[in-house]
Amino acid sequence: MKIQFQLNGRTVCPEIEADMLLLDLVRKLGCLSVKRGCETSNCGLCTVLMDGTPVLSCSVLAARAEGRKITTLEGMGEEAEEAGRFLAQEGGEQCGYCSPGFLMNVLAMEKELDHPSEEEIKEYLAGNLCRCSGYMSQLRAVKKYLNRKEETADAGSR
Amino acid sequence: MFHAREYVRPSSLEEAYQLCQKRRNLVVGGMMWLKMENITKQTIVDLGALGLDQIEEDEEEFRIGCMVTLRMLETHSGLNREFDGIFRECTRHIVGVQFRNGATVGGSVYGRFGFSDILTCLMALDTYVELYHGGVMPLAEFAEKPVSGKERDILVRIMIKKDGRRAAYQTVRKSKTDFPLIACCVARTGEGWQVSVGARPKKASAVLVKGEAGKDPELLAGHAAAQFTYGSNLRGSADYRAYLAEVLIRRLAEQIKKTEEKQEADR
Amino acid sequence: MQAVGSWRGPAKGDQKEREYNQKALADHHGKYVGAAIMKKDAMSLVTGKPVYTDDLAPKDCLVVKVLRSPHAHAVIQSIDCSNAEKVPGIECILTWKDVPQKRFTMAGQTYPEPSPYDRLILDQRVRFVGDAVAIVAGETEEAVDHALRLIRVKYQVLEALLDFRKAKDSYILIHPEENWKSLVPVGADNSRNLCASDCDQQGNVDEVLKSCAHVVEQSYHVKANQQAMMETFRAYSYLDAYGRLNMVASTQVPFHVRRILAHALDIPKSKVRVIKPRIGGGFGAKQTVVAEVYPAIVTWMTGKPAEMIYSRYESQIASSPRHEMEVTVRVGADENGILQAIDVYTLSNTGAYGEHGPTTVGLSGHKSIPLYRTKAYRFAYDVVYTNRMSAGAYRGYGATQGIFAVESAINELADQMHMDPVVLRERNMVRQGDVMPAYYGETALSCTLDKCMARAAEMIGWKDKFPCRDMGNGKVRGVGVAMAMQGSSISNVDVGSVSMKINDDGFYTLMVGCSDMGTGCDTILAQIAADCMDCDIDDIVVYGTDTDISPYDSGSYASSTTYLTGMAVVKTCENLRKQIISKAAKYLECSEEELEFDGRRVFQIGSGKEITLKDIGNRIMCQNEDALSACESHYSPTSPPPYMTGMAEVEVDMETGEVELIDYVAVVDCGTVVNPNLARVQTEGGIGQGIGMALYEDVTYSDTGRVYENSFMQYKIPTRQDVGTVRVEFEPSFEPNGPFGAKSIGEIVINTPSPAIASAVYHAAGVRIRELPITAEKICRGMYPEKFGRKE
Repeated sequence: MKIQFQLNGRTVCPEIEADMLLLDLVRKLGCLSVKRGCETSNCGLCTVLMDGTPVLSCSVLAARAEGRKITTLEGMGEEAEEAGRFLAQEGGEQCGYCSPGFLMNVLAMEKELDHPSEEEIKEYLAGNLCRCSGYMSQLRAVKKYLNRKEETADAGSR
Repeated sequence: MFHAREYVRPSSLEEAYQLCQKRRNLVVGGMMWLKMENITKQTIVDLGALGLDQIEEDEEEFRIGCMVTLRMLETHSGLNREFDGIFRECTRHIVGVQFRNGATVGGSVYGRFGFSDILTCLMALDTYVELYHGGVMPLAEFAEKPVSGKERDILVRIMIKKDGRRAAYQTVRKSKTDFPLIACCVARTGEGWQVSVGARPKKASAVLVKGEAGKDPELLAGHAAAQFTYGSNLRGSADYRAYLAEVLIRRLAEQIKKTEEKQEADR
Repeated sequence: MQAVGSWRGPAKGDQKEREYNQKALADHHGKYVGAAIMKKDAMSLVTGKPVYTDDLAPKDCLVVKVLRSPHAHAVIQSIDCSNAEKVPGIECILTWKDVPQKRFTMAGQTYPEPSPYDRLILDQRVRFVGDAVAIVAGETEEAVDHALRLIRVKYQVLEALLDFRKAKDSYILIHPEENWKSLVPVGADNSRNLCASDCDQQGNVDEVLKSCAHVVEQSYHVKANQQAMMETFRAYSYLDAYGRLNMVASTQVPFHVRRILAHALDIPKSKVRVIKPRIGGGFGAKQTVVAEVYPAIVTWMTGKPAEMIYSRYESQIASSPRHEMEVTVRVGADENGILQAIDVYTLSNTGAYGEHGPTTVGLSGHKSIPLYRTKAYRFAYDVVYTNRMSAGAYRGYGATQGIFAVESAINELADQMHMDPVVLRERNMVRQGDVMPAYYGETALSCTLDKCMARAAEMIGWKDKFPCRDMGNGKVRGVGVAMAMQGSSISNVDVGSVSMKINDDGFYTLMVGCSDMGTGCDTILAQIAADCMDCDIDDIVVYGTDTDISPYDSGSYASSTTYLTGMAVVKTCENLRKQIISKAAKYLECSEEELEFDGRRVFQIGSGKEITLKDIGNRIMCQNEDALSACESHYSPTSPPPYMTGMAEVEVDMETGEVELIDYVAVVDCGTVVNPNLARVQTEGGIGQGIGMALYEDVTYSDTGRVYENSFMQYKIPTRQDVGTVRVEFEPSFEPNGPFGAKSIGEIVINTPSPAIASAVYHAAGVRIRELPITAEKICRGMYPEKFGRKE
């Protein structure tokens, strides 16, 4: 079957199988940042945005993308690069395999929560597993990223 | 992973119902659990286009479409206001935000999973399910039915009556986002205490405790916990579960009493 | 199909990265060693570039999957593939009759491997649930899955040996085969189910213990654990223009993979090339050749590219987890708390095959006993085969198991003596300058363990918090402590090598044979090289790893890369500097002795005569006979231990037994800290894994030998909500044998959480947990034994 949807801002009309998963489709379409880490919806590596909402692309039928807007890390442009740089400056990416899914959820969180507390950050991102970092560097990076505007403003006013 | 050759998105419930009468067809909700099944079917029937992803609220009740996600329950201010935040509490430990953006109420309730936080929570409330063919029935009645391949109805929505009951929810989990080792939900109604225990590890069921037995939390807990059966699995043994159920029921009843006292004082 | 990945050029990113690195450099007095430089591949990774194995695999790779045994122990009587072969798109189906019958080991170790040669690619006998029965390759996953279902296998089911306590000299033999062999004298004997056995001692332990005022004797049980790296095992292969087998693999040990594939396929090593791209975590799992043989034999037999991707399920049931060990410890002290003797006996379960069996066990004693000064010690062990999943290498490599046991015993001793466990340790811990008899007689040339202990106690507020505080709400907080050590490379065995050359404009290419698996060793080595060459880190291009191009390196394991390969960088740079000066002398027509090289130019002091490196780089490309490249190898006769102290504060719900980790502090002596960011994240990450091991992770089996924890749904690695707050500091020593004084950090960091948390739980709840993981139920049963009958 053929479906049509927006992938990273571009309209695509791929031919798909009825039981194809969105994860396999976006990888086939060249969005290789999206990874598979488990078969049980536990790891968060495959996080993409569906109409702006973070979902597990391993648990969404490709057919359900019809008419929707799907965004992967490749489509987040400078926003992703900026958030990613905060992670890199902590050395928190380590093997990097979970970074794209993690960053997608960080970007979703930034839009959804206003000034989240540390506990709220941990809860929102709990579905993103990481085996390298022990999470502390990710937390430092997220806090600095979320505070970046205040920091710049502070620096400017001084 | 399940396999299927075709995919349809019916535009009416009747169409969906007709499709799902055939054994070779498969209704998908959130797909979170279904995708782990190793089955092959002819057609996937997607309920996504029926407008069932809404939570409606009026004076009497909440009507929650089967495609409403767990995240919507978690963040719905009306539900959480009415029931003291138990909808946030019973969802926030489930895997992660992305998971809860996919998993649906219909999937949780229809599946009647032993580990279900949602079912445990809803069982402590005055909840009904609406089946397309079978009509409206109390959740307890529906939950008691075994999940079987022969059952070919569609769960359209659930309804929760606003009857002013206070409620509280708690679980013990091995790690923060694991399945519950035991899940308890307690509500105080005009009649007495409605106590629901899930992850026993069997699916949630509820008892209503009236009169003397519910006089104080300690008594209530002992009385209520003894009415359930418990089993063992990877996460815990039967006797530990029985022990925890009693502890949690007591704590929840205490919590409700505190809420009531506070409300009393506020008035 | 058209790609929708919007590939952003690196130019702008490069600029910001440079600015960040310049600041990090300035913060560290202009030296790269010690500066918090960003990893060289960081921006590629965080922007999701396609740099991992599966991202690079050709689209036309055959899909390779393995049919796995449903039985823990069986002999295959017949396999009927006729229906499966008819499935459209199936390229080949291989059974035990189709593969070479020479045994090998999948352990990525230096040849001759201590691990026994007990493997075939496919064997007629299957030895655990999940063991390989047949290999299926086809054009699509659907075809392969279909074919797998159509293969009919007749098994003669044998009695399985699942309990490792009953394995030695059992009537059930796991490896009765004639061609089983052990290359190294490690005490292996397949007729007794022994993969290794030995005893090492000094002094008369029994006598000394008899004279002790206080003795603790206990057994501690560490279960198998899965490394659970986010990228599962995977590899693809193809034949190149020369008909050679090219293997791109997510591995920590490319050179060992080359040898193992040659052994497994029974082909010359010259026919194999192994390339390591970016890899999504290893932690030792990928020090075993778990997946590579399957696509390799398919490509070798069909000539077609082939790829194998392990599912998470396969990674949980048929991989290379930590060795389950039961460690029995006896420790004795005099009335003043001066330790007299430590006696350790380890029973290790290597499972169906012996990968890393003989070596992991050694660390359970050799890296726990030397933490303390004693008059006498004894360390004995047996490693046994069972019908369980084969174990392998996992961060800590046996030291983790031994340290849980010894540190727990020391904590029990302190509690028994009513002594603060910090004080007990201060009286007995190894100090700089000590000879460590149980550590092959090596001397602790660099050791700040005492400072680590003092600082950790200060950070957590030990004096105020020991042993526990009742929080007044049904919860009690307790604290616990543990120390740890590890090694830095395998002494007299491991080899690290790098080669470095000068290119036009004077930039360098540094070719490494070690394997960056996210740890950042490519960057660490570039930092070392940049300081050695007095150049900008951007002038060092790191290339790794390709067995055709990279110089030989044993690989990234045994905490060796910074220490060993780092030293190879230092030596290579010295060599290259000499060559630069020599070449400059020719160009400037003066003698080498008069010249100096400041990284940018070579100049004659006083005369003003000079030539820039850029000019040298460009001039050597014309009319030149000096290669200006250097390659040096390094091995180490010692394996200097890093040391650390970890302290945990837990809160126990005194009714339910639930444990909340409130605070974890760690102070590490890894010698010179080459990159504080990366060292910190290594430490936090290792502690995170250690917390998982202590509290959540378990591998359990059914009566028929099936693993229950076969997914992330059942095997719970910690989430960010489970690890509490982890705080890390360093107390650097200076290791004279390490590059710029550095030692290792990769493995030691996983060792302290289990014993520290177990002791904190005891201090809070009064319950000793000697079998991991420490669950609420175990604690609760310990607190209220009268409420519960005997379990099961």
